[in-house]
Amino acid sequence: MKSCHCGQNSPAQYQELLKVIDRYRHMKGSLIPLLQEAQEIFGYLPGDVMKKISTELKVPFSKTYGAATFYAQFHLQPRGRHVIRVCQGTACHVRGGAKILDAASEQLGIAENGTTEDLRYTLETVACLGACGQGPVLMVNNDTHGRLAAKDVPKILDKYK
Amino acid sequence: MGHLNKLRARFTRHYKDKFNRGRIVVGLGTCGFAAGGDQVLEAIRQETGIRNLDVDIDFTSCIGMCYKEPMVEISLPGMARVIYGDMTPDKVPALLESHIINKHLLKEWAVMQITEEGATLYENIVKMEDNPFFSKQLRTVTSRLGRTNPESISDYVATGGYLALDTALSMQRQDIIEEIKKSGLRGRGGGGFPTGMKWDFVSQAEGAKKYVVCNADEGDPGAFMDRSVLEGDPHAVLEGMAICGYAVGADEGYIYVRAEYPLAIKRLQTAIVRAEEYGLLGKNILGRGFNFKLMIKAGAGAFVCGEETALLTSIEGNRGMPRVRPPFPANRGLWGKPTNLNNVETYANVPFVINRGSDWYASMGTKKSKGSKVFCLTGKINNTGLIEVPMGISLREIIFSIGGGVQNGKKLKAVQIGGPSGGCICEEDLDLPVDYDSLSAAGAMMGSGGLVVLDETTCMVDIARFFLSFTQTESCGKCTPCREGTKRMLEILTRICSGAGKMEDLADLERLGRVMKNTALCGLGQTCANPILSTMRYFKEEYLAHIQDLFCPAGACRALLIYQIDTANCKGCGKCAKICPAGAIRGEKNTPHVIDLEKCIKCGACLTECSFEAIKNDAALSWNKRPNTRRSA
Amino acid sequence: MAEITLSINNVNITVPQGTTVLEAAGQAGVFIPTFCHDPELTNFGACRMCVVEIEGLRSLSASCVTNATEGMVVHTDSPAVQEARKTILELLLANHPLDCLTCGRSGDCRLQDYAYLYGVKTGSFEGERHSYPLEDDNPFIVRDLNKCILCGKCVRACAEIQGNSILDFAYRGFDVKVAPAMDVSLKASDCVFCGNCVAMCPVGALQEKGLRSAAPTWEVRKVKTTCPYCGTGCSFELNVKGNKVVGVTSCDGDVNGRTLCVKGRFGYGFIHHPDRLTTPLIKKNGVFKEASWEEAIKLVAQKLGRIKAKHSSDALAVLSSARCTNEENYLLQKFTRAVLGTNNIDHCARL
Ligand SMILES: Cc1cc2nc3c(=O)[nH]c(=O)nc-3n(C[C@H](O)[C@H](O)[C@H](O)COP(=O)(O)O)c2cc1C
Ligand code: FES
Repeated sequence: MKSCHCGQNSPAQYQELLKVIDRYRHMKGSLIPLLQEAQEIFGYLPGDVMKKISTELKVPFSKTYGAATFYAQFHLQPRGRHVIRVCQGTACHVRGGAKILDAASEQLGIAENGTTEDLRYTLETVACLGACGQGPVLMVNNDTHGRLAAKDVPKILDKYK
Repeated sequence: MGHLNKLRARFTRHYKDKFNRGRIVVGLGTCGFAAGGDQVLEAIRQETGIRNLDVDIDFTSCIGMCYKEPMVEISLPGMARVIYGDMTPDKVPALLESHIINKHLLKEWAVMQITEEGATLYENIVKMEDNPFFSKQLRTVTSRLGRTNPESISDYVATGGYLALDTALSMQRQDIIEEIKKSGLRGRGGGGFPTGMKWDFVSQAEGAKKYVVCNADEGDPGAFMDRSVLEGDPHAVLEGMAICGYAVGADEGYIYVRAEYPLAIKRLQTAIVRAEEYGLLGKNILGRGFNFKLMIKAGAGAFVCGEETALLTSIEGNRGMPRVRPPFPANRGLWGKPTNLNNVETYANVPFVINRGSDWYASMGTKKSKGSKVFCLTGKINNTGLIEVPMGISLREIIFSIGGGVQNGKKLKAVQIGGPSGGCICEEDLDLPVDYDSLSAAGAMMGSGGLVVLDETTCMVDIARFFLSFTQTESCGKCTPCREGTKRMLEILTRICSGAGKMEDLADLERLGRVMKNTALCGLGQTCANPILSTMRYFKEEYLAHIQDLFCPAGACRALLIYQIDTANCKGCGKCAKICPAGAIRGEKNTPHVIDLEKCIKCGACLTECSFEAIKNDAALSWNKRPNTRRSA
Repeated sequence: MAEITLSINNVNITVPQGTTVLEAAGQAGVFIPTFCHDPELTNFGACRMCVVEIEGLRSLSASCVTNATEGMVVHTDSPAVQEARKTILELLLANHPLDCLTCGRSGDCRLQDYAYLYGVKTGSFEGERHSYPLEDDNPFIVRDLNKCILCGKCVRACAEIQGNSILDFAYRGFDVKVAPAMDVSLKASDCVFCGNCVAMCPVGALQEKGLRSAAPTWEVRKVKTTCPYCGTGCSFELNVKGNKVVGVTSCDGDVNGRTLCVKGRFGYGFIHHPDRLTTPLIKKNGVFKEASWEEAIKLVAQKLGRIKAKHSSDALAVLSSARCTNEENYLLQKFTRAVLGTNNIDHCARL
């Protein structure tokens, strides 16, 4: 993840944002892709970034905020360097997905949707990763880990520094 | 037909040449990755390097046998292709040594062989078509899965790709629509609306500008058909959409893909770029004057965006809240223009219908449900995976012949079909033919194709609660019944699962379910009570047991479990007493301990801690020995 | 325009094509309850209170967004409809503070009216309720989101009538709420406090701060009048308790519909303000002293006459106020030209 997590967003990130906005400015229905790109840049969606996007796209700020809070993908707070998503889909549920979540939560000392203080991990759940055949599954960043037992969790998480 | 013929000649040569050399192919769908397929691929790269093996390394998508992932296919010139399952990096050296260097099939790990024309078969290894997992399948839209490289347009064209588009472009628009109508193809996104009829509406709709949209938002937890098709045969979807675009008079299309499917998005992007390069998409397709531009929109994580009007609203850049229908998208869809919206699998079927004719297609399936359907077999089943079967096959055949039966020899209790909008079918109804209408009649729904097998350790109340908790978090919040109703239904179910249920709760659930079905704005709210209503219909006694007896027959509801120590096994080591966060376990050193049921919070910590299997919490035990908790009525 | 005939509760009615079932019912004199529908706003179809049974359809239909068709057979009060409306009300009440006794909108609240109509006493469902803090930090509007039923009229009023789009839905599902960007208070947002959202709110979620704390709805008399602030001529109703104006509410004005601006809706405080001038004042020895109208007018006439005589009519100029009525302005203009004899007349508002 490219974002800087010291609480300050860098000028380079804003420059990048402006470039992306220019790319999308004349595209129809560009609000959501633009928010997605902005989140890629900043790691989350800071208020001033959403405001900037609204102004540039001539979309009411309230609408941008409404969209950003509607979709599960968007985050308005900084997140950890590594995002763990534990699948709680049907297939994983019947195969013990809840235990995997418990194990991760215990290991990191944070609840669902929590972020560790050192901003190393964020723990989330997801409705289905589409790897049901491998359930229970968890995903760290873009890596999928399947056929898990609760005891496998610490080993996997430790790999992500 | 010149342009495509030339391409075909070139690509077919290319494709055939592949099999004139030793080849190792790794299955890399999302599931392959999840099982460690990429590490196996890396190990193969290293090993072939070290040993200087002159073989090609390639990858393919998921053939469907998720339970055997990671899978590796090896083929030698003139020999059948052999599929190995459950591969790990440390098995790689032995595998290559045997199959490639010594030309010896490694029987122990081999799953099956695939015969190509003129190839010599191996002995003692089952052919794909004889493997029980495949023998009852009818693979059409999944026919390329696990067989071709999904990122190679050459593989696609060599296996008949874009032939249908070529044919369609020389047909009258209306004739294409009639052909689709005659095939009997119905939408695979859940509702089963006749596809040809929908195309006709869009084609008839007034307006110069029209759109074609593909619903690839597959949000049903427990389903991955669309992902597998997108990852395994992306060009088929593009081709189906282009044919549709031509037939209905649209020149632009969108594919709305779940953001949780990065690999599918990547492969679609690659496919679009390649297709444009070769004049199969974009401007003046195949030199025939038809323009069709496709764009990908990544979803942002909202199940309700699978609903067609919400999906369109979302593409337009809004909160994905459904709109009132009518007007239907066919008349007023994306940006108010007539829009044809179909599911991934629906579009993927189109080239096959055009290539092989509507009669052929209509010959498969039942009277009202034609063709084949892709399902995801998951849950407590031995062979989890992706299958494609003719409509009308029975659930029993799917589960026992293809799926290999229930895991660990347990008893089958029910099959959940259709996801959060669907319902449960119990053991007695397994002979039901799988088609749109039979399933609806049984209180379930074809849905998108998730089939979750539940065994005796699955609690049906908990399953209903699980689905409700899903729909409750995914409700968009626009209409009152869904926003408030899902919340209350979930609260009631949670209460029942935790032993605080009341008899009136059952009537409330039924009433809420009825009112939501009657009044909710979109399909999400209208159908979200199905999992409750169908479990209440078939498993009423489980609800009663939770409410009246404070007992979960499946032993799944934690709050209703009763933890006890089997004095015969307990050695009095004291580990459980130490770990118990509630201080509920007492006992002298080296003598059997006891659990104070008043204090026990049923966290299960003692159970995992005990090395002597002395802690019991199974339902049978709690049923027999539990203290008298039955409530006076 | 083509006409169609449908049956509503076994009575035939003929309406122009494109009429909704709700409108057709209105024309037939059949009452259908609504929360989210308003003829001045775009259709939303979300509250589902207006559902009716249409023969041949599997589920109920929201009448506000269903077009009437030829031969349609509609029942607005069937058992299924009653059950649905009752359940929807129970669901709303299950998440609504039951403080009607002290609520400023009591007596003028659709939720209350319908609960009475359908005999729904309380929410039959126990469970989580919202507990949002009361937003009371501005002088005009009190926002109590616990009372909000999410009909979205305020959102549409702000976007479609006022054109400001300060409010929109935020979050999802049970957590949906109406909020300005970043979920701040109205005061912290770019809100101009026109209060058109308040006028649309069918319940007590948005209330006029002064009015609703001054008197319960049944103690006020409504007097329709024209807004004195500018030349637009908006109509509204003064809410009068005893002899005191305690607030302003929208009525259906010919000029403005229910739309008002912040001054018209909330700027009535001057009426009973102690600083308000009630008699003429004449400055004597540098101090204003109360005077009678005769005295004052006489003085002005004298002085105007003196100037006119000494410096000619064009030494005079008159500026009139937008807060006067058209008739008053007309008179002043006539007086200026005919009596003072100059065309130097102007007006502070140029709309
Ligand atoms: C809550 C909800 C979720 C849905 N999710 C999907 C989905 O993930 N994929 C899909 O193809 N259709 C989904 N649908 C169905 C679509 O609304 C639509 O009917 C379908 O995509 C039409 O395509 P078809 O005719 O090819 O089936 C969903 C419907 C509802 C009500
Ligand atoms: S008034 Fe029709 S849905 Fe609200």
